[in-house]
Amino acid sequence: MTSKPAVRLLQGNEAVVYGALAAGCRFFAGYPITPASEIMELMAERLPAEGGTFIQMEDEIASMGAVVGASLAGVKSMTATSGPGFSLMQENLGFACAAEVPCVVVNVMRGGPSTGLPTSPAQGDVLQARWGTHGDHPIIVLALSSVADCFALTVTAFNLSERYRVPVILLSDEMVAHTRETFALPEPSGYEVVDRIVPNVPPEWYIPYENNSRGVPAMAAMGSGYRHHVTGLVHDPQGFPTQRPEEIDAFLRRLHRKITNGFAEIQLTRRFLLDDAELAVIAYGSVARSAQRAVTMAREQGIRAGLLQLHTLFPFPKTAATAVLRNCRAVLVPELNFGQISREVKRANSFPTEIVKLNRVDGEPLSPGEILAQLEAMEKGGGR
Amino acid sequence: MSTSMTDLRDRYLRHNKKFPHVWCPGCGNGIVMGSLLRAIHRTGLEKDEIVLLSGIGCSGRMPTYVDFNTLHTTHGRALTFATGIKLARPELSVIAVMGDGDATAIGGNHFIHAARRNLDLTAVIINNQIYGMTGGQYSPTTPSGSRAATATGGHIEHAFSIADLAVTAGAAFVARATVYHTALLDSLLEKAINKVGFAMVEILSNCHVQFGRRNQTPDPVTMMEGFRDHAVRAETLKDETLADDKFTIGVLTDREMPNYIEEYEKIRRKAKGER
Repeated sequence: MTSKPAVRLLQGNEAVVYGALAAGCRFFAGYPITPASEIMELMAERLPAEGGTFIQMEDEIASMGAVVGASLAGVKSMTATSGPGFSLMQENLGFACAAEVPCVVVNVMRGGPSTGLPTSPAQGDVLQARWGTHGDHPIIVLALSSVADCFALTVTAFNLSERYRVPVILLSDEMVAHTRETFALPEPSGYEVVDRIVPNVPPEWYIPYENNSRGVPAMAAMGSGYRHHVTGLVHDPQGFPTQRPEEIDAFLRRLHRKITNGFAEIQLTRRFLLDDAELAVIAYGSVARSAQRAVTMAREQGIRAGLLQLHTLFPFPKTAATAVLRNCRAVLVPELNFGQISREVKRANSFPTEIVKLNRVDGEPLSPGEILAQLEAMEKGGGR
Repeated sequence: MSTSMTDLRDRYLRHNKKFPHVWCPGCGNGIVMGSLLRAIHRTGLEKDEIVLLSGIGCSGRMPTYVDFNTLHTTHGRALTFATGIKLARPELSVIAVMGDGDATAIGGNHFIHAARRNLDLTAVIINNQIYGMTGGQYSPTTPSGSRAATATGGHIEHAFSIADLAVTAGAAFVARATVYHTALLDSLLEKAINKVGFAMVEILSNCHVQFGRRNQTPDPVTMMEGFRDHAVRAETLKDETLADDKFTIGVLTDREMPNYIEEYEKIRRKAKGER
């Protein structure tokens, strides 16, 4: 006998929490900030009953440190913040990249720079999510656009983080975070949960940063009998600091190789009405929802428009973008910033396809009407 | 098992780590490491049960050499990582080794909040009154009037007392020793590790290379003699005031208070509807 899962009215921030708990997250450390605070408040309420731990730290630097510490001790961990806090997290986020510590960081974007616009939607932190911490590092960035996404992509974020031993950034925004929608929480059979690979060799054989074929070494939790050294210094396969050029090179190349090996699994996109499209919209986050509506309205007018929604922003889904760029006459990239993803689209474009930007940076969302108007203008200016 | 230095070395130093260590000849960090190993040995804890972690600086390299679960974190942040580890695995004994700049300048905020929170951690702060690794710049514990690479005309700021700071912030156990008083240091570190709650041991240590050479104490022996001559056992101090150039050593605070792990476990039981 199967009962229908109860449909609930949830906001995006709440759905992130349910997604995290479903994925096995049992540790949350955070610091209050609008518009992300609902995530930590609900975590504070729910984690104790799950046998997990919530702690409110003294700042975002400390929150990120505690998240990395808990993950090193074998517990799936996350934090959530907004732009100003995300800036403070970059230091220990870099540590997680270097020491290959799985963790998930939610950045509910608000307008910037600095204290910026509390609290209006924006997408100004896209490139910070990719390049915010110093040094040449791999990282995965996903974008949330709906309550359903907030659940499903949070599960995905943990899975990718565990599978590749890399931090995953979930970019939400004020509108996604606070929009309430009806949503039926899926049963555990409705989603996959991935756990990190732990060593199965005797402790004396364990090589904590082994350069294996996948590029992802097995990860032993502290206290599990596999005593080893973890450092943010560039390290050799045993985990000890190294200054040897050949070991430094091998380490950094493996960090990047493990992500490039997984492109097919990591680069998530959704195609909507693209098969016969002449004009395409490439969008993500809350803007993708306006874009879908705009595309539907354009179709009603006979404009052959389609949408490529990016769930993954980085590593940038070049293959999916290329397919669109090859087949469409022009591509519109609407964003709540000055064009942080349109640059990536341009870099992927080796065709005569025109790339049009539509940018709004006044703290207001991009409406379907604005995107439709741009598509109409592109349709009229067509034929080039 | 005996506690000869050879036995301790065989048991606790990493045999797959390429020595020598990074510390200068005569550095107090080696004395602290030896003392810490003796203290850990006395507690009877297994190596798998110990997490030794550090921040950045000369002290930050200590975990590299010893055979525990070891972690070398970012500058000033050791206690934040320690907080995550301890909450995730309360059965582990988590010991954070830090320097004075590490723990009280860049990590000052984490230090006072860790003390206030009373999570069961051990903080070992090696206070050499200078930034050694980066070349002798002044730290929050550099005495007024001393010279540093960034205070060639004499330091005009006032120094923190790390132990007083920990007491005021609410630490359950606070002690101070020097690298001259190693027998005392062994016992204080043992007490700190065994203490349930936030325990901090401040250790005055010699950086004759970066501090001493600029301040008329250019060798370890002269600096050690200074520690010997200026330390006063806390338990012998009655009501008399301490001379300005003296400092106390020994247990400075030892109090019982609710600790974070036990209190959080109550929250969990309540959330699960248990009593």
